[in-house]
Amino acid sequence: MSKHTLSVLVENKPGVLARVAALFSRRGFNIDSLAVGETEQPGISRITLVVDAAEQPLEQVTKQLNKLVNVLKIVELDPAASVQREILLVKVRADLTSRSHVLETVTLFRAKVVDVSPDTVVIEATGPKEKLEALLRLLEPFGIKEMVQSGLVAVGRGAKSITSGTTTLRAA
Amino acid sequence: MTRPQLTARPAPEPVTRALTGAQSLVASLEALGVEVVFGIPGGAILPAYDPLFDSTVRHILVRHEQGAGHAATGYAQATGKVGVCMATSGPGATNLVTPIADAYMDSVPIVAITGQVSRSAIGTDAFQEADIHGITMPITKHNYLVQDGADIPRVLAEAFHIASTGRPGPVLVDIPKDVLQAQTTFAWPPAMDLPGYRPTTQPHNKQIREAAKLIASARRPVLYVGGGVLKAGATEELKELAELTGAPVVTTLMARGAFPDSHPQHLGMPGMHGTVAAVYALQKADLLVTLGARFDDRVTGKLDSFAPDAAVIHADIDPAEIGKNRHADVPIVGDAKVIIRSLIDTVQGKAPISAWWEQLDDIRGRYPLGYAEHTDGTLAPQYVIQRIGQLAGPEAIYATGVGQHQMWASQFISYEHPGTFLNSGGLGTMGYAVPAAMGAKVGRPDTPVWAIDGDGCFQMTNQELATCALEGIPVKIAVINNGNLGMVRQWQTLFYDGRYSNTNLGTHQHRIPDFVKLAEALGCVGLRCESESEVDDVIKQAMEINDRPVVIDFIVGKDAMVWPMVPAGTSNDEILFARGVRPAFDEGDDC
Repeated sequence: MSKHTLSVLVENKPGVLARVAALFSRRGFNIDSLAVGETEQPGISRITLVVDAAEQPLEQVTKQLNKLVNVLKIVELDPAASVQREILLVKVRADLTSRSHVLETVTLFRAKVVDVSPDTVVIEATGPKEKLEALLRLLEPFGIKEMVQSGLVAVGRGAKSITSGTTTLRAA
Repeated sequence: MTRPQLTARPAPEPVTRALTGAQSLVASLEALGVEVVFGIPGGAILPAYDPLFDSTVRHILVRHEQGAGHAATGYAQATGKVGVCMATSGPGATNLVTPIADAYMDSVPIVAITGQVSRSAIGTDAFQEADIHGITMPITKHNYLVQDGADIPRVLAEAFHIASTGRPGPVLVDIPKDVLQAQTTFAWPPAMDLPGYRPTTQPHNKQIREAAKLIASARRPVLYVGGGVLKAGATEELKELAELTGAPVVTTLMARGAFPDSHPQHLGMPGMHGTVAAVYALQKADLLVTLGARFDDRVTGKLDSFAPDAAVIHADIDPAEIGKNRHADVPIVGDAKVIIRSLIDTVQGKAPISAWWEQLDDIRGRYPLGYAEHTDGTLAPQYVIQRIGQLAGPEAIYATGVGQHQMWASQFISYEHPGTFLNSGGLGTMGYAVPAAMGAKVGRPDTPVWAIDGDGCFQMTNQELATCALEGIPVKIAVINNGNLGMVRQWQTLFYDGRYSNTNLGTHQHRIPDFVKLAEALGCVGLRCESESEVDDVIKQAMEINDRPVVIDFIVGKDAMVWPMVPAGTSNDEILFARGVRPAFDEGDDC
């Protein structure tokens, strides 16, 4: 098993996300992370999926996804050739004695404090999964009260765009 | 059967009219060339039934929505056209779930149209509300919930296009009642908007050349033919390829009729209840030329010991089938008709395969399909089915239920033409036969249509005989009545020490129901046959009745079993020719 990042371009229509999610559960695949958003092209959304699967099942799920009528294109993004980011919001215990240590950690990770209360701070951090995990490890001793993470989003490096060509498909 | 025109038929002149959503729906069905809809009205779909009253589209009022769905499937399988069924919201729609799942598994082009509660009531648990769009997502090729009446013509055109092209399958269109009632515009032909739907029909030349090379050099090739060949209308091409290569042909349950049973190269059906020769051929092959088949577990048996020495050419229109169960050495994505034609044009020369045929003929000669005569004086079900096939002939259409009678109908009737054997292969839906036969008869009214059904299956959907009687659909139903859920009983005999838990239906013991009286109550002629000497006469009698449906209650022995058999989950090499009789495979197979 290994992690794979799939960028799935879909028509922005009701039920598309349900179709994609249902397909994964029906065929017995696990989704590690999922993020959906609009793209630069109106009517086209992009779903970024991280799946944990061996090569052969991955090929099968890609083919099954491709059969969904509302799916336009699927590209697997190689971590080495793409920028991959998640966003983390974490509420950490930080009173007068610990706050400066917490803030030091925030600076080291180039994260930001986005909310402060007498006993806590909320920290925002973005980055690849490993960086966020490292940050969390360092924050843990202070006491994590609450945390939330987005799904991973990713884009290929270089000039090429995976959405190019999808408008001509639309007219075809 | 010529290759049917599956694509949408646009009206000659573009039109735009102000109509209600319901009128637009019916106008769309007319423009698409729909000749018949099977359905039942109800609250939410009611607006659609008003314009349907005056339409050229024939509506057949069925007795249960499941009957409407299977009738649409039977119609589609017998004609190659898109079958259409219609139901109301809630229970009407959920009753379609089984036939939709059935059509999905067997890749049958049907369009199901359902009424939905009004848009403002959706999500409120309104009366007769069910999320049929959500429910059918995993069992349809695609589905729609129409939110705007102006979309109706486009959605219908897309639904028919998706159902009938690529790998065919069911499409559901759910339309809220207020969308049906509201004024809208009907514009035809509509522009389809399917940027993500691009089935591949043209195979890659490189793959064709690779395949042709393997075919020309194979010493033990087998053409492993599935239902895709029938769907592509490629039976003539298949025959040409078979004769060009001289290779043996096996036809799966979904492909019966794709290659004439009388052809000397035909080894019959492979799989759990296939012929010994067909199973042997696959196990010993050095090349499988897989055409529109999907390596189903009922064909392969235990997958890792299936066809262990064979290289695999896998041709299918659905790329997801390729490599799903068995690695393909040469994958070919495309339409079977185009692929087979390309192979015919590309294959040059062939390796000597006479030693292969010697082996196959030896096995075929030693292990023919057959059955033991009963010693207890009961009528053999296989004999009944065989005689129906012989007397009604290869021009008739046969629809079956699911179970022992289905297997015997596949084994003991000779199929010579495409579209003459209809059954529920993938989902295995008991109750398929009667409504599917009804649909087939509506689609091909001049062809005799027989349903070979079991007493268990028949009790699931026989109410559609009332529909047949009233609508003038004279199907013939042979109930192979062994008083039991026969296939389950067979497994209890073989794997549960003969502990017959809940398989006795009482149709022998108590004659409840009395199928002759039931037939008469449903407006049919009811006949009964209890001995071998009566079989021919009763079949002939049924063949002469063409003004109403006929039901024959064949009282057959309960202990007959389907042989050969590859027990579930075991290797094809473990095939049993009869109980405790394992064929000797290894004699002289060193070629």
